[in-house]
Amino acid sequence: MDDHTDNSQAGAQATSRKGPLAAMMGVMGKGGFDQLRIVTLLFLVIFVLYAIILPGFFSVGNLLTLMRTVAVLGILGLGMAVVVIGRGIDLSMIASLAVPSALVLTLAARGYGVVPSLGVGLMMAVAIGLLNGILVAYAEIPSLFTTLAVGIGVAGIGQIGVFDYEIVSWPPVLDGIAWIGRGSIYGIPYSVLAFVVAAIVIDTFLRRTRLGMFCYASGDNPGATRLAGIPLRPVLVLQYIISACVAFFAGMVLAASSASMDTRIFNLTWIYDVILVVVLGGIGLSGGRGGVINVVIGTLLIGTIMNGLTIMNVSFEMQNLVRGLVLLLAVLADSLINPRNEETAQQGDI
Amino acid sequence: MKKLLKLGTAAALATLCGTAHLQAQASMDDPLRDAYYENLKGRKVVFVPVFMGLDLTEGWSKIMARQAKELGYDYEVRNSNFNTAAGAQTLTSLISEKPDVIVVQNPDVQSYAKLLQRAEKAGIHVIQLNMKTNYQTTGFVGADVELIGEKQAEAAVEKCGHSETPGKVLVLAGPPTSPFSAYMLKGYENILNDNPKVNIVSVQSTGDYESSKAKSITQVVLQQHPDLCAILGVWDNTDVGTAAALKEAGKTDQVLVTTSGGGGELACKGLRENMWQYYVSYDVPGQGRDLNALIMAAMQDKNPVGSTKTVLYTPLVTYTPETLGDERCWTLDTLR
Repeated sequence: MDDHTDNSQAGAQATSRKGPLAAMMGVMGKGGFDQLRIVTLLFLVIFVLYAIILPGFFSVGNLLTLMRTVAVLGILGLGMAVVVIGRGIDLSMIASLAVPSALVLTLAARGYGVVPSLGVGLMMAVAIGLLNGILVAYAEIPSLFTTLAVGIGVAGIGQIGVFDYEIVSWPPVLDGIAWIGRGSIYGIPYSVLAFVVAAIVIDTFLRRTRLGMFCYASGDNPGATRLAGIPLRPVLVLQYIISACVAFFAGMVLAASSASMDTRIFNLTWIYDVILVVVLGGIGLSGGRGGVINVVIGTLLIGTIMNGLTIMNVSFEMQNLVRGLVLLLAVLADSLINPRNEETAQQGDI
Repeated sequence: MKKLLKLGTAAALATLCGTAHLQAQASMDDPLRDAYYENLKGRKVVFVPVFMGLDLTEGWSKIMARQAKELGYDYEVRNSNFNTAAGAQTLTSLISEKPDVIVVQNPDVQSYAKLLQRAEKAGIHVIQLNMKTNYQTTGFVGADVELIGEKQAEAAVEKCGHSETPGKVLVLAGPPTSPFSAYMLKGYENILNDNPKVNIVSVQSTGDYESSKAKSITQVVLQQHPDLCAILGVWDNTDVGTAAALKEAGKTDQVLVTTSGGGGELACKGLRENMWQYYVSYDVPGQGRDLNALIMAAMQDKNPVGSTKTVLYTPLVTYTPETLGDERCWTLDTLR
C-alpha cells in the first residue's frame, strides 16, 4: 500500500480547499500537513509512550492481540471508506454485518448446507446495498436518512421471528469455514489476515480500476462527474453494495471469532467507532479524498489507545470518554483542514 | 309422524334434565371460582423488557402470555429495544393508559425509578423483573445477584486459592450502572476480600453485555497475565466470547470460567463444550411461575397500590460438569 501516491492525490485535491490550519502548516512539506500525517504522528507518539511505560505492551503477542481486536472494525472501516469517498455515509453497516451473517448461521443450523446458506447471506447483503443505493442515487434521499432507516428496518428482521433468539450461536456445520475468524497461521491470526486481504482488495478497487476512480470523482464533484459522462447513479449504487458486502464479510469474521452473532450490536455504538476510524484516518466527510491507508492508520490508532487503556485497567466509562474526545478532535481537525466551502455546502453533503 | 317425533324429543329432553338434576345434587359450587375468573375479565398486563429476542425475555414472556391466555386477561409486550429513552417513553404512555399491572425489566438502577413511582401513584401495580431499580414497588421477582457473585467467587477460590502465589482472577462485569454489575461485584468482594490467596488483576465492563468485547478484553488480559487462573463472567451469552478467547489461546483447561444466566439450552451447551465449568442459573421457568403468582396477587389486591410489597428472590440452581447428566436446561419449546 503506497501512501504517497494516494496522498499526493488527496493532497492535490485538498490544496484548493486549504483551511487556516492547513495553510499554517503548509510549510510542513510538499503534500501539506494533512490529517493522515497528524494521525500517523499521534499513533507513533502514543505507541512509543505505551511501549515505554506499559510492561508487556511491546511484545509480539500483545501487538497481534491488538490487531486482532480491531480487525473487524478495520474491515468495516474499509467498506465505510468507499461510501464516504463518494460523499455518502452508510449507517446501516452494522445491520448489514449482523443480520445476513446471523441468517447464514440460522440457515446452516437448520440444515440448508454451507454454500446455499452463504449464498443467501450474500444475496441479502447485496439487496441491502442495492436498496440503500437506489434510494440515495435515484430517489435522492440523503444517505444519512436512507441508511439510518434501512439499518433500523434490517435490524428489525431478527425481531419478527426469523431467528429464534437475537443472539445466534455458531453451528458446528459451519466449522469448516470457522478459520476466517479463529486461529492463526505462523502466529498471525486469521482475522488480521482477513483485514489485510480486504484492505488489498479495496485498495486495488479504489486505485487500480476505473470504477474506483469514478468513486473519487462522484465524491469530489458529482455535477462535473455527470457532465463528464460518467454514470454517476450506478456508481453510487455500487458503493453501497460494496459497503454492505464488506460488512457481511466482517460479520462472518466476527461470528466465527466470537462463536456467535449478537444481532443486538446494531443498538450499540459500533457504527460510531467505524466512522471514528474513517474520519480519524483522514477521509474527509465531504468526500473525494483518502484511501485504504487512512483506514489502516485510523484503526491502528484506535486499537492502540484501547489496548493500552485495557492493560491499564481503565474503566469502561473512561474508555468511552477517551473515544468520544478522540472522535471530536478528529472531526474538528477535519473541518479545520478541509473546511466546507460554498461548493460543498451547496452539494448538500452529510 | 311429526307428532311422534316431537313426543320422542320431549321424552329425551326430560330424561337428560333428570340426569343433570341428579348429578347436581352430588356436587357443590366452588365459592371462590366465579369471582376469581370474573375479576380477571378485561384486565391488562404489560411487559416492558430491556430487549426481546433473548432466551430470558422470550422465556418469561411465554410463561406470562400462557397464563393470560388461560385465565382470559390481556397480555402485551412493549419492547424497549435496548434503548433506555424508548423504555422511559413507553412507561410514560403506560401511566396514562393505566393497565392493571406493569412488569418491567430495568436497564439500570436509576433510570426508571421516578417513573415507576409515578405509575404506582396512578394506581398501576408495578412488578420489577430480575433487574431492579433502587425504588421498591409492589413486587420484585429475580435473582439475588449478590448471592450469584458469592457463589461464583467461591468457585474461583476453590480453584485458585491453593497455590503459593495468589491466583489471578479477571472480572468481566456488565454495564457499569446495571444492578447485575454493581451487586455482583459486591458478591465477589464479600468472598474475595477475605481471601489473600486470590488476586483480582482486572475488572472490566463488557459494555452492553457484548461477547466480542468480552473476547477482546480476555485476549488482552491473557497476554498480560498468561498464568490467569479464573474468569468471573456476568452472563452466559456474553461469556461465549470469553470462552472463544480462551479456546483460541489454548487455555481452556487452565482457566476456570464461571458465569450465570437463565439456565436455557446455552447453559448446558457451554458445559458440554467446556466453555464454562461453573454456572449459576436463576432458572427462568421458576422465575416465570413466581412472576405469574405475583401478577395474580396484584390483580386480586384490593388495598391501595404499593401498600404491600413482596420480594421473591429466585432459588438459584448451580450447574457443573458433574451435574450435567441431569440435562435440566430449558428451551422455548419445553417451557410449560
